Amino acid sequence: MSISNKPLLWLPFAGGGMLAALLLPALMLVLLLDSLGMLSTAALAHERVRAWVSQPLVAISACVFITLVIWHAAHRLRMTLQDLGVRDAGARRLSARICYSAATLATVALAWVWV
Amino acid sequence: MNPSPMPVSAVGANALRTITLEVFRFRPEQDPLPSWQTYQVPCREEWVVLDALNYIKDHLDGSLSYRWSCHMAVCGSCGMMINGKPILSCKAFVRDFPDHIRVEPLGNLTVIRDLVVKQERLLANLSAVKSWLIPKTPAAADEPYRQTPVQLDQYRHLSMCINCLLCYAACPQVALNEGYLGPAALALAHRYNLDSRDGGTFERMQATASADGIWECSFVGECSEVCPKHVDPAGAIQQMKLASSLDWFARRLGLGERS
Amino acid sequence: MSSSVYTPKLPRWWWLHHAGYRRYMVRELSCIPIGVFAVMLIVGCWRLEQGPESWQAFRAALATPLALVWQLIALAFAVYHSITWFALAPRTMPLRIGARRLPASWIAGAHYLAWAVLSLLVLRIVGG
Repeated sequence: MSISNKPLLWLPFAGGGMLAALLLPALMLVLLLDSLGMLSTAALAHERVRAWVSQPLVAISACVFITLVIWHAAHRLRMTLQDLGVRDAGARRLSARICYSAATLATVALAWVWV
Repeated sequence: MNPSPMPVSAVGANALRTITLEVFRFRPEQDPLPSWQTYQVPCREEWVVLDALNYIKDHLDGSLSYRWSCHMAVCGSCGMMINGKPILSCKAFVRDFPDHIRVEPLGNLTVIRDLVVKQERLLANLSAVKSWLIPKTPAAADEPYRQTPVQLDQYRHLSMCINCLLCYAACPQVALNEGYLGPAALALAHRYNLDSRDGGTFERMQATASADGIWECSFVGECSEVCPKHVDPAGAIQQMKLASSLDWFARRLGLGERS
Repeated sequence: MSSSVYTPKLPRWWWLHHAGYRRYMVRELSCIPIGVFAVMLIVGCWRLEQGPESWQAFRAALATPLALVWQLIALAFAVYHSITWFALAPRTMPLRIGARRLPASWIAGAHYLAWAVLSLLVLRIVGG
């Protein structure tokens, strides 16, 4: 037995989970209210959101937030696939690769959008 | 082959309920496949399922094999699945169960015979995680180690483990991964990690922080739910995940050792 | 001899058979709507960059009946994630003040407080 490199994945999982727990419900509620037309029309208007997200501190925070949530979801999905029946070593490696590749893609896409 | 059943009057005027026990049988010398056997047991109101099993063994079917000892939930011998739940049979009061009780050996573990399971899954892993004191500094000859009540309180709940293996039966990861060290072994490693006299956390990490250690746990939490001694192995494992992760980064960033 | 012992096999749908396991699986599956929402936020950022029409189209797409149903489901899962996370967090980081252990309910309570404050902030700032 040797020490695993899982901490690389677990700390982002824990951080993303905490951020998701604290912030996602409110964010989802805002978008839901907007979709239902219950927010003032100016709230999520393009200029307002753009101006706000363009501030460096907000942009960086949003990127970190989204990235950590993505990696939280990817790690949890990988563990859940094991629970759901992916049992043998080869299949486990493949499902892990799929989950983390998807997360990497999403992270790269986010970086590209931000730039 | 069965001796004649004990007359009800011999059990006592307080025999209230006749319970149907459906018991898992596995006798490899007779049949390579397991089977079920049903017994009618007149149970007193205060009986536990272990009493019903002892009644079967004494009066109905002496061939039934199972482990038990203290009959008071401290030895950890009599763990079984009773109506699908891992529980000490000496703690499973018949009055809390319906008239039909299904008794099986502890889940996820290899069955040797009837209700007797192999305990190596825990016992071998206790050695793997070095669940013994690795002193920071050896005590001087003839001098005891010193520990304050506050220091004892840090790990005391973890030291209450009676090695009953109920947590192994409750944990799906134990079934999904044969190599997984398991809740009790990891909790007992943490018991020593938290002991103020101990300096062996990093040594234990070779096993606890391996792929078959804490990282197989997905915090289902059922181990802590079924533990008769409130050890909370699930909490212990999460604490180890946090500690191991911080230690992992601290070592690589040259921030010194955290363990 | 392989027949001298019996090795039980966990059934494929093991988590359906037990209430505790079912609650666990619901918690774990919350990662799917949460992950999808995070990807949606990335898409939103992209649409934002593309200009006012794209952004409006993005908002309109979220307002379709199907999208509304999905948003409700995702919100339910996100809330369940939060509740389970705050229940588990105190067991991961037991805290002491001096000699006394902090009750788990205090640590969970602190998380809920933070959740309430941050949620109000988000609603105020983002929601206008």
